[in-house]
Amino acid sequence: MTVHLIVAELDGAVINKATKCAVAAAQKIPGTCIGLVMGKSVSGADQDFAHYVDKVVVVESENLAARLADSYAQVIGDVAKELKAAYVWAGATAAGKDCMPRVAARLEAAMASDIQEVVNESTFKRPMWAGDIVGTVELKTPIKVVTVRATEFAPAADNKKGSVEKLSMQVAPSKVQFVSLEAVKSERPSLADASVVISGGRGLKGPEGFKQLIEPLADKLNAAIGASRAVCDANWVPNDWQVGQTGKVVAPKLYIAIGISGAIQHVAGMKKSKTIVAINKDPDAPIFKVADYGLVGDAFTLVPELISKI
Amino acid sequence: MKILVVVKRVTDYEAKLKILPDGTNVDLEGVNMITNPFDEIAVEEALRLKEKHGGEVVVVSVGQASLPTLRSAMAMGADRGILLKTERILDSGMISSLLQKVIKEEQPPFDLVLKGKQSIDDDAAQIAAMLAEKLGWAQVTQAHTVTIQDGKARVVRETDGGLETLETSLPCVITSDLRLNEPRYPSLPGIMKAKTKPVLEKNEDLGAEISQGLVLTKLEWPAGRKAGQMLPDVATLVDKLRNEAKVI
Repeated sequence: MTVHLIVAELDGAVINKATKCAVAAAQKIPGTCIGLVMGKSVSGADQDFAHYVDKVVVVESENLAARLADSYAQVIGDVAKELKAAYVWAGATAAGKDCMPRVAARLEAAMASDIQEVVNESTFKRPMWAGDIVGTVELKTPIKVVTVRATEFAPAADNKKGSVEKLSMQVAPSKVQFVSLEAVKSERPSLADASVVISGGRGLKGPEGFKQLIEPLADKLNAAIGASRAVCDANWVPNDWQVGQTGKVVAPKLYIAIGISGAIQHVAGMKKSKTIVAINKDPDAPIFKVADYGLVGDAFTLVPELISKI
Repeated sequence: MKILVVVKRVTDYEAKLKILPDGTNVDLEGVNMITNPFDEIAVEEALRLKEKHGGEVVVVSVGQASLPTLRSAMAMGADRGILLKTERILDSGMISSLLQKVIKEEQPPFDLVLKGKQSIDDDAAQIAAMLAEKLGWAQVTQAHTVTIQDGKARVVRETDGGLETLETSLPCVITSDLRLNEPRYPSLPGIMKAKTKPVLEKNEDLGAEISQGLVLTKLEWPAGRKAGQMLPDVATLVDKLRNEAKVI
């Protein structure tokens, strides 16, 4: 029986959405899905993960307190060997991107990054050239490592009752020390989970314009706030608000792009949204080519009107 | 401090790409080629570290066609280049093994390897972390700021949840994110000087038994979104969102 090992990424005491999407991708290839939960103490998350997979294995260690690539890769690699996993899956998040190539190197496995489709047991499709082109890749190694673009797979159903087993394992301390995390605190839903995302671009003229237009609209729709690369680069807003191929990839129910021209790399990060609205003063802006509804005009007039009418 | 920067030659992000009729690659005929922008940021960071701490900046690239990429990095200020020649198509696993050999052979050894967080053509983001694992080195990816002090690197990195600060002893592998720095333009004297800087050419020698674990079999255009409706006013938009798309 083919064994899929799915590496969990935790969001407090539960597994995050990207992990559930990785399970969904793994389920496209028949086999047993085994979830791996790692940390200093993972109580809760292991039980949560058990709803999505056939079995959960837990590795707890002081040396796994921070998610550092080398020690996590050691554990993932060792568990994959022990379980004779044919596939190791994870979400294509910052953490997945950081750690999984190390796992692949450890297992002498080829790796497909950020896949959008499982074609067959060795073939996957993935966005390349900033999402401008889709590549089909075939992995020829006995063990395959795959990271999954969450917006391309609906999260797996929570209909399993997997057993939970703790593995005791020597975990070497990381060569890297965790110092601090300047976490983004926000009352708003996170970009990855929000059902509505309001994004602003250079058309908002400056950080004041961004704040003045985007925030009240986001408040009104209980939306997460995103931004184009240009405004993140210009420091109008924090870097982790960037939506795009090199930033965050989102797929909300409603995506409203305001003053964003629609460069390929931005569109690659939001084109899976269910409904896209674009507001831009340039009728030829490429964003209108992907928008379901377009409004041409000055955002400083249209957005306040939109807020008052919703 | 001795720094190796890995650079890749990629298609210009402004180029209008065409896929070859057989779907195996993009048509490079007449397409402008540039240094991967994330790698250019890595070169800049290496030069700034050298300016502060002294040492040497070496740039390495794979493929005969990458010579101009090495020359541009040397025009920015890198001291010398290593060109890894090959006739084969290499995947990330093979390239990281090749780089590992280069690093192992270097005396005195490198203190730091810098690389862009991903290439803007294949977007795979694999080689740096694979290389770190093969070398048994520490890694920090997606660097936002890098400070070297007392033989240690303190790196602030961009994660999904905010800015994370990590510290590691050297040697290590660091990948640059977009906001690490603003790369300099090569000066005219820099460009002239780069022409005479040494480039060591080496043939890839992984051996025939090491073959591609990943094969790119096809390129295609993504399923496009249909362009939607242009609306006359805000009232129509609100009506459509409420009654047609039913999303508010």
